[in-house]
Amino acid sequence: MTADMLSQDLSLLIPELVLAGGAMALLMLGVFLNGKGTEKLIQWLTVGLLAAAGLAALFLVSGEGTAFNDSFVFDSLARFSKTAIGLVAAIAMLLAMPYLQAEKLGKIEYPILVALAVTGMMMMVSANDLIAMYMGIELQSLALYVLAAFNRDSLRASEAGLKYFVLGALSSGLLLYGASLVYGFAGSTGFADIALAVGSGSNVGLTVGLVFVICGLAFKVSAAPFHMWTPDVYEGAPTPVTAFFATAPKFAAIVLLARVLMEPFGSVVEQWRDVIWMIAVLSMAVGAFGALTQQNIKRLMAYSSIGNMGYALVAIAAASQTGLWALLVFMTLYMLGVIGSFAGILSMRTREGMVEQISDLAGLAQRNPGLGWSITALMFSIGGLPFMVGFFGKFFVVYAAVQADLMILAVLAVLFSVVGAAYYLRIVKVIWFDTSEVEFVPSAVSTYWIARIAGLATVLLLPVLGWLVFRAYSVGLALL
Amino acid sequence: MFGEFEAFLSILTFVPALGALVIAIFRFTARSEDQALIDRNSRWVAWLATIVTLGMAILLVANFDVDATGFQFVHEVTWLEQIGLGYRMGVDGLSVLFVLLTAFLMPICIMASGAIKHRVADYMIAFLLLETLVIGVFCALDIVVFYIFFEGGLIPMFLIIGVWGGQNRVYAAFKFFLYTLLGSVLMLVAMIVMFLQAGTTDITVLLETEFARNAQMWMWLAFFASFAVKMPMWPVHTWLPDAHVQAPTAGSVILAGVLLKLGGYGFLRFSLPMFPEASEYFAPMVFVLSIIAIIYTSLVAFRQTDIKKLIAYSSVAHMGFVTMGLFAMNETGVQGALFQMISHGVISGALFLCVGVIYDRMHTREIAFYGGLVHKMPVFAAIFGLFAMANVGLPGTSGFVGEIMTMVGAFQVNWWIATGAATGVILSAVYMLTVYRDVVLGEITNPKLETITDINRMEWLIFIPLIIGTLVLGLFSTLITDVTATAVDHLISNYDAALAASAQ
Repeated sequence: MTADMLSQDLSLLIPELVLAGGAMALLMLGVFLNGKGTEKLIQWLTVGLLAAAGLAALFLVSGEGTAFNDSFVFDSLARFSKTAIGLVAAIAMLLAMPYLQAEKLGKIEYPILVALAVTGMMMMVSANDLIAMYMGIELQSLALYVLAAFNRDSLRASEAGLKYFVLGALSSGLLLYGASLVYGFAGSTGFADIALAVGSGSNVGLTVGLVFVICGLAFKVSAAPFHMWTPDVYEGAPTPVTAFFATAPKFAAIVLLARVLMEPFGSVVEQWRDVIWMIAVLSMAVGAFGALTQQNIKRLMAYSSIGNMGYALVAIAAASQTGLWALLVFMTLYMLGVIGSFAGILSMRTREGMVEQISDLAGLAQRNPGLGWSITALMFSIGGLPFMVGFFGKFFVVYAAVQADLMILAVLAVLFSVVGAAYYLRIVKVIWFDTSEVEFVPSAVSTYWIARIAGLATVLLLPVLGWLVFRAYSVGLALL
Repeated sequence: MFGEFEAFLSILTFVPALGALVIAIFRFTARSEDQALIDRNSRWVAWLATIVTLGMAILLVANFDVDATGFQFVHEVTWLEQIGLGYRMGVDGLSVLFVLLTAFLMPICIMASGAIKHRVADYMIAFLLLETLVIGVFCALDIVVFYIFFEGGLIPMFLIIGVWGGQNRVYAAFKFFLYTLLGSVLMLVAMIVMFLQAGTTDITVLLETEFARNAQMWMWLAFFASFAVKMPMWPVHTWLPDAHVQAPTAGSVILAGVLLKLGGYGFLRFSLPMFPEASEYFAPMVFVLSIIAIIYTSLVAFRQTDIKKLIAYSSVAHMGFVTMGLFAMNETGVQGALFQMISHGVISGALFLCVGVIYDRMHTREIAFYGGLVHKMPVFAAIFGLFAMANVGLPGTSGFVGEIMTMVGAFQVNWWIATGAATGVILSAVYMLTVYRDVVLGEITNPKLETITDINRMEWLIFIPLIIGTLVLGLFSTLITDVTATAVDHLISNYDAALAASAQ
């Protein structure tokens, strides 16, 4: 490999290099400074680092292509995903800062682990090879296991971390087993070679391997029936970690799943569509019905995320250009709703400390009108009700399903959205109809504004939605 | 004069939302001790916004060319053009009067909200947003934009019922929201199918598109699921009495006056012109449901002990006339249905305001509580009497014109249908006169009523436009039919042509 080729390869990796190098440098800096205020500095630098990586993917990486013997690909899908992941991770980090300080968790490791996890996610969305895929997933997952248990003095957080680790390891095992089967029958780990092998005739080994890979990835996106860890981990992990879990890793895993299914296995859609169909319906059902009786808002968000991953899988089941761009639009708008909602949840702090029961939101519209209206708008947006942008996410997903002649899936999707609306409405009901005397203490400036701006954005984004749709649309056209 | 000014309709639609934004900014930024001041001023902001909207709506109708077919005041903005969605607004003879009706009722609702004492600013925001969303439904020329406005209206109404409603408000609000949402999501799937088949969401194009007979049937049923719930038609009307009883007075006025018209408007805009064969095929079913609604809900209304519930059931019965007239699909029937919707908007709004007047004083809506109000409230008795008669369909009031026209229209199709509907007119007289006797006439038997006072100046102001509206429309019915005539002719001739083409 000549130096020329190497630099060409590396130029595609700018976001990952920024992140990985930055994380190392920050670790050194943290260890050497090791004084008061160090963790604050590292946190801010990490926010900058994450945003820089996202923006670098959008602006700095000029070309598109593959690197390192085709094991890494930078295409429009990777560009879109990395931008979204980097930016949302930066927002999640911003949200975490006041929390970490208040809960005395402000260690330098937190931001560094976040940066490493995001590096893993960026590898995931660029994976063009089974080994690269697995490395990305593991880099991401290991950092996330630690983050889940970051509050190590809390029993629940440790439990969440352990549960996440054990089940995550199981899913990685499934994934690896599936990958090895696929490798064995295709004779290569590269996606392009697998696509050739798949296209040259059906093969039971490849199909079985694919099913295992789907199962492993379904764990990562917390789709039913592989969702059991989600409510416990969401509830047990520190809230900003949950906010992070619910956004960037989900995006990375679902994009990876879409890429695996549509690129190497794109020619055998009929073999995997039924599997995805089932997982999608189960996820929507579990998400919709499971959330109805939740009392803890973080558990509710967990079920909401299971349900919404079901919608994302509907878009994948469509297996078309429309499905792909609908997936991207849906996920982006969903992440906007979730990160805003978690900013709202992080504002739920009384004099005694953080609260996370839904009933604690009682009367919020009266006590704190800005936050009350914001969470209302965000809930309607995640629920996919019009006039909020979230509606368009669901709309395009259903549109893709109808276009792919998946009429039953489309009808089920809209019907489950009505059940889902019931529990988003329940939160709105608590905020608006109930009354309570408990006052929240004023939240940190960043949390305050993120909650409100995200709330406003659910409506104000509507006129400029065309820009997002256009970007996603060109990704869909370019890829398939 | 405004024909050239493209954005006129969009501005008209979003003026109330702008008012809501103004209130919201003050509401969110003010210190908590200033909230009382904001509550007080928000009434004025809301009133101003609705009056400006009304003024613009009057200008709209005044500049509306009644002889032209097609849409006027069209405003198009490219939006999501890659996939064929666009922001398109416009009105024709079928929709322009509903814009006026909404704009007409809203200032009245704001004025009638004097009894709302807590969280006034939020209340006004919700009402103004509702006005924008409802006007948007009537102006939308793109099915996705239509759907957004159509469903978006649920959110402010949910809050209005749930926050400012009666005892059982939470149940009513949830039932209202989920019931109507369930109906509408199927319509969304049908809209997507239309979109994929026609390649556009532009209503003007879709009106020219011919769908295959089989597809029409499914899409018609999906749209019917939504509009029948909104209308509401028997047997999916059960959310309405709950919502009406629990909603605050102004909420009931807007619910009965405008939101119930969305279903009828949907039939006119989508089902009849876009799926003519399916409409023809399912028309007998609609007739049967309409007649059941007219007779059954009239009987149910007769047995009510709560005045608001009685009027709610009476609304269902009156909407039965609308669906009957619409699916008769002749000029008299459709004109009558449109007339009936406008007229019912005024009359039922006024009746709910009448209930509001006595409810504000006595805080009960039990018919048995009242009696002999004429001795203490002669003016109220006269006003309530007028609107009760209008609801029955007394000649000279607008209620008469709508009922007689829809019945004549239905008679041309099948005289049994008209006979059934005529029975409903008699029954409406039975329950309306009974409730009027029990509440207004007779001697005062309840000592609590001794202190009740007649309507005050504010209430006068509220009722005057409604009284004028009812009588003027009743005596000069051509005011409405002239505006709608061209559009209705166009609709019917296209419908007949499509049926003739498919018969060959």
